[in-house]
Amino acid sequence: MKRLILLMLFLVIGPVARALAASPDEIIQKSQAAFFYPGADFKARVMMKLISPGGQERVREMTMLRLNTGEAGGEQKYFMYFFQPAEVKDMTFMVFKYPAKDDDRWLFVPAINMVRRIAMQDKQASFVGSDFTYEDVSGRDLGDDVHELAREEVLNGRECFVVKSTPKADSAGYGSKLSWIDKASFLPLQEEYHDRAGSTVRVFTADEVKEVKGFPTITKRTMKNLQSGHRTEVSYVSQDYNVGLEDSLFSERFLRQPPKKWIE
Amino acid sequence: MLIPRPWRLAWLAASLLLNAEVCEAALDLHGFVQGNYGLDTASANPDGRDSKLAEERIQLKLEADQGPLRLFVKTDLAWDHLDDQEDLELREGTIDYTAAAWDCKIGRQMVTWGLGDLVFINDVFPKDYEAFFRGQPLEYMKKGVDGVKVGLYPDFASFEIIAIPLFTANHFPDAKRFWLYDPMPGVSTRRTIEPGASLDNTEVAGRIYRDIAGFDASLYGYRGFFRQPAMQPEPAAAPARLTLWYPELAVYGASLQGSALHGVISLEAGYYDSRDDGDGDDPMIPNRQARFLVGYQRQFWEDFTVGLQYYGERMLDYGNYAATLPPGMPAEDRLHDLISVRLTQLLRHQTVKLSLFTFRGLASGDYLVNPEVKYNFTDQVWGALGANIFGGGEPWSQFGQLDRNDSIYLQVRYEF
Repeated sequence: MKRLILLMLFLVIGPVARALAASPDEIIQKSQAAFFYPGADFKARVMMKLISPGGQERVREMTMLRLNTGEAGGEQKYFMYFFQPAEVKDMTFMVFKYPAKDDDRWLFVPAINMVRRIAMQDKQASFVGSDFTYEDVSGRDLGDDVHELAREEVLNGRECFVVKSTPKADSAGYGSKLSWIDKASFLPLQEEYHDRAGSTVRVFTADEVKEVKGFPTITKRTMKNLQSGHRTEVSYVSQDYNVGLEDSLFSERFLRQPPKKWIE
Repeated sequence: MLIPRPWRLAWLAASLLLNAEVCEAALDLHGFVQGNYGLDTASANPDGRDSKLAEERIQLKLEADQGPLRLFVKTDLAWDHLDDQEDLELREGTIDYTAAAWDCKIGRQMVTWGLGDLVFINDVFPKDYEAFFRGQPLEYMKKGVDGVKVGLYPDFASFEIIAIPLFTANHFPDAKRFWLYDPMPGVSTRRTIEPGASLDNTEVAGRIYRDIAGFDASLYGYRGFFRQPAMQPEPAAAPARLTLWYPELAVYGASLQGSALHGVISLEAGYYDSRDDGDGDDPMIPNRQARFLVGYQRQFWEDFTVGLQYYGERMLDYGNYAATLPPGMPAEDRLHDLISVRLTQLLRHQTVKLSLFTFRGLASGDYLVNPEVKYNFTDQVWGALGANIFGGGEPWSQFGQLDRNDSIYLQVRYEF
């Protein structure tokens, strides 16, 4: 009985207390949980458009599968199957993401039926040539930055925390990041990457947010490089959570021959 | 009007496809059209031409599936301007069945095992070295095998077993197009004997693999034949005739690959048991060998990757080999080893790829240098311009014998 009362107290007071005294680290932690970790697993058909300043478009179309193998902020497994462009059709790519060490990555090259590990330690490298980095796709370690609450303001009618994150290491590709985090969903609605001199280099915008199985989900997003004028637009053609992905899917066997039911 | 045979086949295939497409929804057709041309830069070919490659090619990839069954056909139709002929080739053609804990693939299939980058220990499957040396895309270095593959996937490890009843030899550079070292230039009567299709001659290859402490570990076994022919001069004293044949081979090996030292480390080894030359006293048949490979791959900055390899082949019955080698034949070293370096830089949103691959024999001193620039003009069209430069070492060394065969090549492909 005592426990029940305590639990009820916690349930009532918890959200109030959190909203009142959310530390910047907690905001970012919750934001990461809402952005990169919702559900036990996730499946999306992703359409990515790489658009040059001159307007030339290149398309990357893939199915992305994610399985959380740890808690929010912890280990995850990613599986990607490429439909487009034709040159990489049937190619698959698998990442085991570890928060505290280098990820493991495997690539399957269908033309010669070869599975290889690939060396790609740089999480800030471009993802398939787009303006998004690997970190933008699968998250950045919470402890890599110092987070501070810059201000709170309304962005496009949504109440937001504005958090400034400064990388602890010089190796980061940018000087600092400013994130507009929706107070209700904890999704980042806008992010600005600044160089060390303070000028804005890249801008992320969440262009469409939908509720999917109770999880607020960014279904359209854009990353624009202000220096080059190049931008990448990503939209989910379809998406779903808790689809029942099994750990055994993330294996060499299925890299070579991905099951239709998971990639279509 | 007479229609050439490949055209008739292509027409037949196309009409079958179109009909199939109407009644079967789960059908997928892709492929490419490609132009591929080379130009000699060191000297003309032995046949007097100044190119080793001039062709257009169409590849069609057809995929259909119905429940656990899947059909896959990859077929090439090429127009070779040097030999002035059409060539229809089934690159792959398989039917496979997938169950929860096992699968099975029947037909012509591409099998790639092992960790080497252009060096092969446990990848005992056929290669086309001419395709690589004359500047065709890398996928043409691999040839399919005709056989049956079964995969078993219990929880503790994965198993692959392949039975290959029909032997496929490696394809080596053609003496019309390539200057090559010939140990017996005076003997022009030659014949080639391939292992016939029989139960005894069926090649068997197996692989067991699993994760061990974050490393990908594999064990391999193979029982079959060398894919590079041995030469048998007859009569031995004053050869008038050469027989090229494929001695029996068994290979037992292992490999390990994982993240270490901020990159990827690869280790692979194999024991080559030359079953027709168990004591190593027939110098015309390959000696028993130990082969080994150490590789390291690392990304130093965004889109720039370095791959390094050390590869060695060590003869295990060298004494008997050296004692029985006929006078006048060049003696191979006990240890043949080489290093390779691959540098890759991607630029402009990964649409430009600059790469440089080099081999260098450590004791032999011969080398291969392969620089290449590739550009994706659009999502459908790419072009690559590269060169193969050979030299160094003795005239019979692996790359030294190719010294006069330097060329530049162009690949242009439209994919759909």
